[in-house]
Amino acid sequence: MNKSLIKKITSNQLFIPIMALLLLAVINLIVDPGFFKVTLRTNNDGNPVLSGSLITILDYGSELAILAIGMTLVTAASGGQDISVGATIAIAGSAMLRVLCGTNPRPDAIQAPIIVAFLVACLVGMLCGAFNGALVSIFKIQPMIATLILFTAGRPIAAWINFNRLPIVPDPKFKYFGGFIPGIPIPTTVFIMLLCVLVIALVLKFTNLGLYTQAVGINEKSARLNGINPTFVKFLAFVILGLCVAVAALIKVSRIATINYNVIAKDIEMDAILAVALGGNALSGGKFNMWASVLGAYVIQALTTTLYKFHISSDALAAYKAVVVILLVFFSAPKVREYVGDFFKKMKAKKKTAQLVAVGDSAAEVISGENEEVEEDN
Amino acid sequence: MENTRLLEMRGIEKYFPGVKALQKVDFSLNSGEIHALMGENGAGKSTLIKVLTGVYGKDAGVIRLDGKEVQIHSPQDAQRLGISTVYQEITLCPNLTVAENMYIGRGNGAITNWKKMNESADRILKRMDIPARATQQLASCSIAVQQMVAIARAVDMECKVLILDEPTSSLDEQEVEKLFGLMRDLKELGVGIIFVTHFLDQVYEVCDKITVLRDGQLVGEYEIKDLPRVKLVAKMLGKEMDDLSDIKGETESYSGEDADEEVFEASKLVSNAGIKPFDFHIRKGEVNGFTGLLGSGRSECVRAIFGADRVLGGKVKMHGKPVKIKGPKQAMKNGIAYLPEDRKIDGIVGDLSVRENIILALQVMKGFFKPFTKAQAYAFADEYIKKLNIKTASADTPVKSLSGGNQQKVILARWLLMHPEYLILDEPTRGIDVGTKIDIQKLVLELASEGMSITFISSETDEMLRTCSRLVVMRDRKVVGELSGDDLTQSMIMSTIAGGE
Repeated sequence: MNKSLIKKITSNQLFIPIMALLLLAVINLIVDPGFFKVTLRTNNDGNPVLSGSLITILDYGSELAILAIGMTLVTAASGGQDISVGATIAIAGSAMLRVLCGTNPRPDAIQAPIIVAFLVACLVGMLCGAFNGALVSIFKIQPMIATLILFTAGRPIAAWINFNRLPIVPDPKFKYFGGFIPGIPIPTTVFIMLLCVLVIALVLKFTNLGLYTQAVGINEKSARLNGINPTFVKFLAFVILGLCVAVAALIKVSRIATINYNVIAKDIEMDAILAVALGGNALSGGKFNMWASVLGAYVIQALTTTLYKFHISSDALAAYKAVVVILLVFFSAPKVREYVGDFFKKMKAKKKTAQLVAVGDSAAEVISGENEEVEEDN
Repeated sequence: MENTRLLEMRGIEKYFPGVKALQKVDFSLNSGEIHALMGENGAGKSTLIKVLTGVYGKDAGVIRLDGKEVQIHSPQDAQRLGISTVYQEITLCPNLTVAENMYIGRGNGAITNWKKMNESADRILKRMDIPARATQQLASCSIAVQQMVAIARAVDMECKVLILDEPTSSLDEQEVEKLFGLMRDLKELGVGIIFVTHFLDQVYEVCDKITVLRDGQLVGEYEIKDLPRVKLVAKMLGKEMDDLSDIKGETESYSGEDADEEVFEASKLVSNAGIKPFDFHIRKGEVNGFTGLLGSGRSECVRAIFGADRVLGGKVKMHGKPVKIKGPKQAMKNGIAYLPEDRKIDGIVGDLSVRENIILALQVMKGFFKPFTKAQAYAFADEYIKKLNIKTASADTPVKSLSGGNQQKVILARWLLMHPEYLILDEPTRGIDVGTKIDIQKLVLELASEGMSITFISSETDEMLRTCSRLVVMRDRKVVGELSGDDLTQSMIMSTIAGGE
């Protein structure tokens, strides 16, 4: 009973991201308990806001989580990843600024309501997704190669949309999305993330998106013979990711009220892919667990924040993340799992024989031995 | 030539978590002997083979080769000892040439003498009468030739023991004959051959001895002349058979008022799979079939009916009314279901659970925005697991971990759940055990008696004769005849397939 429960927990897909999160927490607890300190302070606009490393993780992890939702679907359906996410954020963000500021990079007031700008960004994001999706699903180009096009061309396109100028949004309200809404001390990104998670949860519950996507990812031919249109399912996954990109672009642009075409959302695609992998989802597609990916996003952000805490420069960050990737790949390899499983089995067998010997000597020892085992299991 | 004891396996045991796959199994093989290894799916044939070839380690027992005890820890060990295997699925590289496939992984150094390699490959191919050239790309050969190349590779590696695991399941009769010729030649050379197959006819055609396994245990080893067919089947099933031959008589044919109505009619139907336009029709409650050699276009015909390949032309009517079927979904909407020939490639969705696999087609029919509730899905799955007696740990088990026969039942369940008017079964019994085969045949007749129209395709003609009341015969991707009534005999089918007079 007890053992099967443990097995159930360890075999759960959420086990790895939760363990990683706990591990990071323990490391931080040992090195600097100040990591967990959350303080209420007043920000530049005079609003009371929460601050601290945990809040940073929540804040920046949320934009990653939103991207992880779309990336999970793309991965599951196409068996590949979209590496143009960062570049398309730049495009969608730039389009948003163009609508808000018009042709004048320093307007006195916004030229269109924020909602309109956001909807345009959504449209642009979905168009980019549709472009990638069409290449992958209709022309059967490998996802990473297909998305390489926008990965390369995306940032120049973003710059071209605003004639290479850097418009600044004058409306302070625009800063709410990537910052704080007056009176609410929790970062707005958290609410946006919750909304996105709620929407995708409802979609997964009330449509067959999950079943179709997984069926196509696992066996496209079979899915087709069951009346599913694999081309459309893959296309749809990329369009949904495009929508996620637009939301992320809103947050990113809102944080600084302007844009830096070369730096905005740089390398974010790698973190989003990593989030999917850390969630225990196969990067070769097929079955997926959305919530594991979302959790994976926060683990990545926790790692990044922890590394910053150790004063590691942003240039060196990638190297440290690579170590995590290697460990992750190593421990999720079937071969390694087999070895670890065998190792534990042998340990157990040894313990059993030890106990049998102990029976001859003294009953009391057996009891203590059993206690040990129980402790270990827990 | 005197036949000596070549291979001896004694008391082989193998455990998997929760399963005793092999218990105290003995097996022996003489040189120059073709030895059939028989048993239902899950009887332990594959496990025994895998122990012998080093894919699995054994948990107990000894293996002796030429009287010496050997330890086989890996497929390489087995190869070194002269044990070669040719599997059901071709395990060669289709994008390499025939010669490359024959010599890959066997060179001693980094340098390959291409000329010499091609020459010796050609020599072997010629000696074994295999219709392929050394420099030809393997993928351009037929499956049968690929299989023979695999055997040629094995033979050239000076194997003493050749294991053929279901080598004939994707060959047509002529190709099987060729393979048997090759096997007999090897036998003359003193090679011991272990032959794993589901085809009883073939066992009686080439084998000298039979070893039967059941539930991971040895039932016995028999000389072929001491074990008539019925007894063999009885041994495999562990019970006396209630007559293999006549199940058609047991079930009544459908006799509703609309028994004569044409459910499906096609005229000049043609797809992009390279078949000639064909006419076809099926009545309510009728069981008919497409027969012909493998590659004659029988599968392509039913795929055209279902819209699985791109339909290029032709008219289709359901119940006399013209309909358009351009893809699987439209076919399904018109009440047509199609169980594809290759269950691994076209049938199962391996990582999904038995439950999801069962409800898939009906779910797609119901629509994207109307998923079944968990409770509904479980109810459907449990109903059909029970109805078709699917052996699975639970409805949540991934379907890929089931045995072949049970996977087939899952796909059958998927289509039955749709309650189709017209069910197409393409090789539903391939690679599955005798018990399940008869279950499926009986089920087909039962469904037909309830008014379902069924098209049944099988490589085994006797199976078709047992179930179908009308056969469409195909040759070279063209319909060449139709047989029904008293014409439904083995010899009539053969002569129609062969053509001429």
